[in-house]
This record gives sequence, structure tokens and C-alpha cells, in this order.
Amino acid sequence: MAEGAKTMFAKLWDDHVIAELGNDTALLHVDRHILHDLGGSRALLDVKERGLPVHNPELTFATIDHTISSAPGRHGTIPRGVELMTALREETAAAGIRLFDVDEAGQGIVHVMGPELGITLPGSLLVCGDSHTCTHGGLGALAFGVGWSELAHVLATQTLYQKRPRAMRVCFEGRPGPGVTPKDLILALIGRIGVDGGTGYAVEYAGSAIRDMSVEGRLTVCNLSVELGAKMGMIAPDEKTFEHLASTPLAPKGVLWLRAVEAWRRLPSDPGAVFDLEVEIDASRVSPQITWGTSPEHVVAVDGRIPDPAAIDDPERRKAVETALDYMGLQGGASIAGTPVDWVFIGSCTNSRLSDLRAAAEVARGRKVNPRVRAWVVPGSENVKRDAVAEGLDKVFVEAGFEWREPGCSMCLASNGEQVPPEQRSVSTSNRNFVGRQGPRARTHLASPTMAAAAAIMGAIADVRTLEHLP
Amino acid sequence: MKRFTRLTSIAAPLMRANIDTDIVIRIERMVGNSIRGGLGKWCFAALRYLPDGSENPDFILNRAPYRDAEILVTGPNFGCGSSREPAVWALQEMGIKAIVGSGFGDIFYNNCFQNGVLPVVLDPEIVQAIAGEVEETQGTGRLTVDLDACEVTTPSGRRHAFAVEPRRRSALLDGLDEIGATLRRDGEIRAFQERDRGRRPWIWTTGAEE
Repeated sequence: MAEGAKTMFAKLWDDHVIAELGNDTALLHVDRHILHDLGGSRALLDVKERGLPVHNPELTFATIDHTISSAPGRHGTIPRGVELMTALREETAAAGIRLFDVDEAGQGIVHVMGPELGITLPGSLLVCGDSHTCTHGGLGALAFGVGWSELAHVLATQTLYQKRPRAMRVCFEGRPGPGVTPKDLILALIGRIGVDGGTGYAVEYAGSAIRDMSVEGRLTVCNLSVELGAKMGMIAPDEKTFEHLASTPLAPKGVLWLRAVEAWRRLPSDPGAVFDLEVEIDASRVSPQITWGTSPEHVVAVDGRIPDPAAIDDPERRKAVETALDYMGLQGGASIAGTPVDWVFIGSCTNSRLSDLRAAAEVARGRKVNPRVRAWVVPGSENVKRDAVAEGLDKVFVEAGFEWREPGCSMCLASNGEQVPPEQRSVSTSNRNFVGRQGPRARTHLASPTMAAAAAIMGAIADVRTLEHLP
Repeated sequence: MKRFTRLTSIAAPLMRANIDTDIVIRIERMVGNSIRGGLGKWCFAALRYLPDGSENPDFILNRAPYRDAEILVTGPNFGCGSSREPAVWALQEMGIKAIVGSGFGDIFYNNCFQNGVLPVVLDPEIVQAIAGEVEETQGTGRLTVDLDACEVTTPSGRRHAFAVEPRRRSALLDGLDEIGATLRRDGEIRAFQERDRGRRPWIWTTGAEE
């Protein structure tokens, strides 16, 4: 071990310690806090009812994403969503918190708008009442999801108690093959180490495939950290990160920018820094991935087979696979490709950024959605929507038979009432294929945006690498 | 924060791995300004009710005596997934006060403490043995979870020590108001912020030039 060599995680953590409380627990300073409609107003009201002010409204931001309708014109927003949005508008205004409201530039899924606007900065500690807050680690932030009581604690004190996780490094080495996206790399990792493989760890993603990856791809990789059980995921900031941030409205400017970049260049893990656990994945050997079951670890290569319970010796695991296959309406041992699909959802904090929509549009261009499929495209933010429209991507999708919708979380978790109907099969670019996630008894297969677009065209789960041979 | 000291109760083994918080409470049940009090009947809805809305007789919490359980014994990674705190509220409304398992989703684990529900982590083999013992008694054997002694006692009297962070333990034993306690250190917090404004001024300005 190099003397004094520190991991990026250790640098980020140590930078925010207000007080060490023993037993690896610290009181940490929160630099950025983003509220959303689902839990934001409740937390603000909790603080108000205690007669306390918001400690640092200038470090707090808000947007609306979870309960707003994604229908054109926002028609059909559910009444209980309207209640939450109204409360969020009132309480953020009263507390002096900046709200990026519906139909304004800046509104969007918290984990899309934060990095897009420069709310998220390398080296910052960012929290939000949403487990996919780990996404922001793609810019080199220490970012994690918290519960609603913790939200009130942050609002009232600008701090949080945390037990220090251990440090894990996952190296993706090599060049991914054609059709293989950042989503496939992270799904392959989850398939390898399991949904609790990262529990208790902060994960740093490194290696040549990460260095070569776009900023948006890095956000996708970090987004799925929590599906490994890791509350925090992160990637060392580099020139690409700085280039992305330089064009964001809320990143520092002028002399402050230069000072910030100088500090951010010191954030990457030092050579020789020691991790508690290291995992290496050969990115060149990863195929496009698709889930078959009810947990993100239930994942196979698209040219692979659904696991056969009869071939599993461990009775607990066999039962788990049987239960998942029963829910999904699938036959163990069969090829996953060719499974008929009813719905396709391209959206969510995982895969709804401009590069995701561009990639999906390339698959859709000049082709038609299979008549059996209802396919939605839900951009991640108002700015993503505007940029996509400026490039004509909306027209490509609409001409192919996709529905082009308004930004929000939508059918990823169906908190706005937009559900996949019972026993219908969906290929979704989101992050969770849990039982009932997209609607009661809905069957979700997670995949990349290009794989989802290919499924929409074929009306079945399809290998995006073979699509070029099709009409 | 609610207090927790010691509890003796019927315990229900729910050993399926990776029960996520979407299963504990579906999202649409927690949308709205006043959801408290209406969550308990929807807890575990996908497992607890059949598609026609009737109770699933095979689900353990629908069966006597497990229906009265105040303790869950759970498989690996219980409460993984979403940060939704209403998952803990739903369990509480169903009467659950402690959960003994081999591992928990990290955010769920924190949320339990925030609401006075005690999550106890024991080795997988021990959790499996406890579930086995409970099932041998057809659920009538009671489990004791003692936070003061940091010990679980099984129906047959076997005792297993568990570890819990001292800060969390005393917070539950005393019913600590965490926000109030933190605000008593506000001097320290403000001193940190003052130093930080000099050290990292870009955190304190958004989009501004110096």
C-alpha cells in the first residue's frame, strides 16, 4: 500500500465530516439536496410543524417528477399527485427553495436534471429521498438516497449521520462490442455479484471502458449501484466531466470554476490506494443483457437461455427461480429471445438522456413498431425533450409508431398511475423488474434503450445486433 | 422517535430472499398528503391477496397464529430497493415492531431505526435455525428481542447476541429526538460551513462568477 494513498471515496467522505462519533459513524455535511414531489412536501411540512427553519435553502433544490402525468398536455395527472405538487410548490416558495416546475426548462427526473443543470458537482455530497441518487456519482459526487425522516433531518440541520461503508472497486476493462451499452455492463455486473453483492460498500467504477465512456453512460452505470445493494456509486471526474459541467447553468463560473476544477483534479483515487474488495469485468466479453425474472440479478445475455430450475441443485435457489418464472410466465430452459412483448418503455432515471434517445431513435428510424406493442418514449427532463425535438428525434419515434410523451418518472415505477396492465410483458429501460413494479402483476424485462427499441420493432425480445439484417 | 426496549411475540418467518420495498408497499398506496393509517392493509399486497382481492391462505401472515406476529424473521436482503419510508410505516401498521434477518437493504435499515422498528442482523444459519424453531412450534413459540441486552431468545431458550451501533441503540432505548440532538451541535455545523466557504467557495454559489 502506498503510504497515505487514499481512495476517491475516502477523500469525498473525509471532506464532509463535521464530527466523528465513533464506531465508524460520522455527522456529515450535505452540500446539495434535491426534493421531489413524492416525499418533498412531507419533509418540508415536518420541519415547519416543529417550528424550525430550513437550515440552508440555497443548497436545496426541488423538481416534480414522480406523480406528474407524462401524457401530452399533462392530461390525467392523478388527484393525489396534484395534492403533492401543490404542497411542494407552496412549501418550497415559503422556504425559499428553488423549484424547477412542470413545463419549465430544468424540470425533470431528479437524477437527470441535477447532473444536467450542474446542481451535481464533483466532490459534493448530494442526497435525495430516492434510492437512485447514486446516479450523481457519475460526475464524481458522493451521492446517496435517504429516507423521509432523514430528509427532514437534512432540511433542519444540513447534515446526516452515516456509517462509513467499505470501499469496493469494479474495473471494466476492454472495449465493449457492438450493441453493448453502459446499461449492459452494469447489468452484467449485477448478474455476476448479485443484488446484495455491494451491500455495505461504496463502489467506484474504473477501468478503460469507464474512461472511454460518455458522461451520460457513466450516470447510467452509477444509477444501478443500488441494485447491487450499494447506496453509493462513483466515477472519477475527468476532462469529459469538466467539459459537461462547463456548459451547465449552475456550475461555478470564471475564477471559481478554475479553482473548482483544480480541486476536482485531486479527487481520483491515488495510485496504490487499497479497496476492501475488487472486482474485474472483461467488458469486451459482455453481450447485450436482458432480465428474465423479478430481481435485477435475474439477468442473461440476450442470446442466452432462461435458467432451468430442474438444473439447479440448491433447493432454496430452485424455488426462487420457479417463483420468479411463474410470475413472469416463462418456461425455464427456453431461449429468452423471441419472447413476445406487449409494452416497451424507454425512459427513467437510468436511460432517458439525450444519448439514450438518440441510440433508440437510430434503431427506430425507418422501421415500424410491431402492431402488438404499445411503445412509449418518456424523455428524462424538459431540456432533454427540447433538445430531442430540436434534432427531430420525436418525429423519428412518432413515425415509427412510438408515443412521444412529457418528461417524468412515468412507468418506471407507476407512481403517477401509468401502469403496465396485469400479466402484460414489458421491455423497459428502467432499473427494477420487481414484482408489481410497473403495475400489479406486470412482467418487466430490463434492457438498454437500443434493446428496448428492437423489442418494440420485433414485437418480441430481440438481439439488437441482428436487427441490421431486418427490413 | 419511538422507543424500543424489549419485545416478546409470535414471529413469522418470511424467508424468501430479496423481498423489496415495492413488495412491502406498492407505490400508489403512498401517493398523497395523508397516507398514514391507510398503509397496513396494503402491506405485502402482492403476496397477501389473490388477484380477485381475497386473502391468499398460503401467505404466512394470513394464517393463525402468525397473523398476530409482531416480529418478522426474514431471508437475505429484506427491504432492498426503493428508499420509501412508508414501507416501514406499512409494516408498523400491520403490527410489526422488530425484524430478525441475515441482512437488510441499507436505506430500509436506516428507516427502521427512524421509526422505532428494530432490525436485528444475525448470521444466516442462525436466522434459518430460528425460523425452523418457530415453524416446529407451528408459530406458537415466542421469540424475544431484547435491545437492552442485545440478545434474541428463541422459543426453546437459545440466546443469540446481536450487534447494533451504540448510537442507534441508545437512540431507540431513549426515544431520542435526532433533529433536536443535532441542532444542539449547530455551533459545530456552522463552524464547518464557515471554513467550507473559504475552502470550497464553489459549493456555496450556484452559477455565480467570482
